[in-house]
Amino acid sequence: MSNLNSTSKNAVGRKTSGLDKLLRVALYTVLIVVAAFYLMPFIVMLITSLKDVEEIRTGTLLSLPASLHFDSWSKAWSSACTGSSCGGISPYFMNSFQIVLPAVAISTLVGAINGYVISLWKFRGSDFFFAAMLVGCFIPFQVILLPMAQTLGWLGIANTTSGLVFVHVVYGVAFTTLFFRNFYQSIPGELVKAARLDGAGFFTIFYRIILPVSTPIIVVTVIWQFTQIWNDFLFGVAFSGFDTQPVTVALNNLVNTSFGGKEYNVDMAAAIIAALPTLAVYVFAGKYFVRGLTAGAVKG
Amino acid sequence: MNTKAANSGSGQTQSGRPARLSLADWMPKIVMAPTVLVTLVCIYGYMIWTAVLSFTGSRMLPSYNFVGFEQYERLFNNDRWMVALSNLGIFGGLFIGICLFLGVTLAIFLDQKIRAEGAIRTIYLYPMAISFIVTGTAWKWLLNPTNGLEKMMIDFGFVNFKFDWLINPDMVIYCLVIAAVWQASGFVMALFLAGLRGVDGDLIKAAHLDGASTFTTYRRIILPSLKPVFFSALVVLSHIAIKSFDLVAALTNGGPGYASDLPANFMYTYTFTRSQIGLGSASAMVMLGCVLAILVPYLYSELRGKRHE
Repeated sequence: MSNLNSTSKNAVGRKTSGLDKLLRVALYTVLIVVAAFYLMPFIVMLITSLKDVEEIRTGTLLSLPASLHFDSWSKAWSSACTGSSCGGISPYFMNSFQIVLPAVAISTLVGAINGYVISLWKFRGSDFFFAAMLVGCFIPFQVILLPMAQTLGWLGIANTTSGLVFVHVVYGVAFTTLFFRNFYQSIPGELVKAARLDGAGFFTIFYRIILPVSTPIIVVTVIWQFTQIWNDFLFGVAFSGFDTQPVTVALNNLVNTSFGGKEYNVDMAAAIIAALPTLAVYVFAGKYFVRGLTAGAVKG
Repeated sequence: MNTKAANSGSGQTQSGRPARLSLADWMPKIVMAPTVLVTLVCIYGYMIWTAVLSFTGSRMLPSYNFVGFEQYERLFNNDRWMVALSNLGIFGGLFIGICLFLGVTLAIFLDQKIRAEGAIRTIYLYPMAISFIVTGTAWKWLLNPTNGLEKMMIDFGFVNFKFDWLINPDMVIYCLVIAAVWQASGFVMALFLAGLRGVDGDLIKAAHLDGASTFTTYRRIILPSLKPVFFSALVVLSHIAIKSFDLVAALTNGGPGYASDLPANFMYTYTFTRSQIGLGSASAMVMLGCVLAILVPYLYSELRGKRHE
């Protein structure tokens, strides 16, 4: 499905004439203009974050800073005000990691085992259950917000990092299960039967036979979950306390904090910092990121 | 998690064939049990719970004095909700339409043996990796009338250039469309490009031998075969549109006034900051209805398609 790298066999190759050349020039022009549209916001953010307030006021979006100011970056990191406190976004950046790492690990592990059961240890009702679970990928989370808030309160983990990890695992497992199930679907059931005859148990087969071939799908799932949970705002804003907010919530507070003059350079630096981890994942593992996106879209 | 570890331990240590066999038979079910339980409670149970609340007069705390359809009546007499709903229509329609158009077009363009295709693809798709909050923050700065695009165009010499959509109640919804298209259109492009690469090459060669032009080949042969891709892109995009909450929070915060509210923001505001739990729940149920209206036909056609295979 996501075999983007294969050489294009469908592109139309004809003898080049003058008109064709002109068309190709037009084609490249369009592609480059569109690329500029996609790049522009990021470039503007970067430029703005390196200017001082005076330069922002007098210059335009694309005018380059006379000299590079990194003050806004250090202010965004450690001393900008985000609503109630003025310690920059670094504590919230760390919060995000504390939420994301366990949530990704747990939801991936649970998804792997679920996928293993649903594709290789089918039991009566497992397919029906899988379909019921898929619905969980689609529901608007507004439908579960209030009951979940009450439940977290009863469990005593309201406004805590553990609470957020719990929520992300609960609503992430549908996706991780889907990814692993689709991947394991191609493993022949005879393999499991043969291993069982040899006396291997449920977990031995998983650990010795299935897990070693699962690396690609684990990478896809981890990247997908990491981006989803890092970029989450709804659960963060609904279920976190003042000191457990993820970075997206802190960024939004910072940008909307209205006392004092508006410091767009600090806003932009903070926004880039908040985007860096997922951008890094995208740059270094883009192939797997795209695979997750397309797999997530095709659903089953 | 703990129960799983304990079970695997006993599976290994207990000797004797019959015990192990029966344990192996039960193991898949035992292992799935927590997920089944959580799905039943946290998805279906909560859905029902919210549905129940939407028929009560709950305000600051959930209460169970049933008032029938009163909350739904209030909802559809609430001007702010009607604005949010019509905003969703405008936003969703434009967002989905433009994303599909851009996605298909760019995918076809990129499929013409383009040099540096990988680099261009990377550029088109990177917004999908960042949070809607970051996107909103960036576009809020770009679109703000005092220092943003408007000022830049004026400084370039277009003295009468005016671009105040972000503070104009009639136009602010289009700002959301611009930012959302920027974020998601690359993703649609990637979907279609993957689809294009999967089209049977022989079919296209045959069309060319028959003298069909490139344009005709795309219109009559390639694009029709991408119907499933089109369909799943449509579902994912409408899903994004209905769930859109973060983008509004970051870019406009629903303003000016409530001119750019979407249902998701309405629900959040009424449930969590205005202490109108009953009304908020009713709005959540309407959102669920919208999603199901799209999802059910999709799943139905998917399942029917599978059966034909």
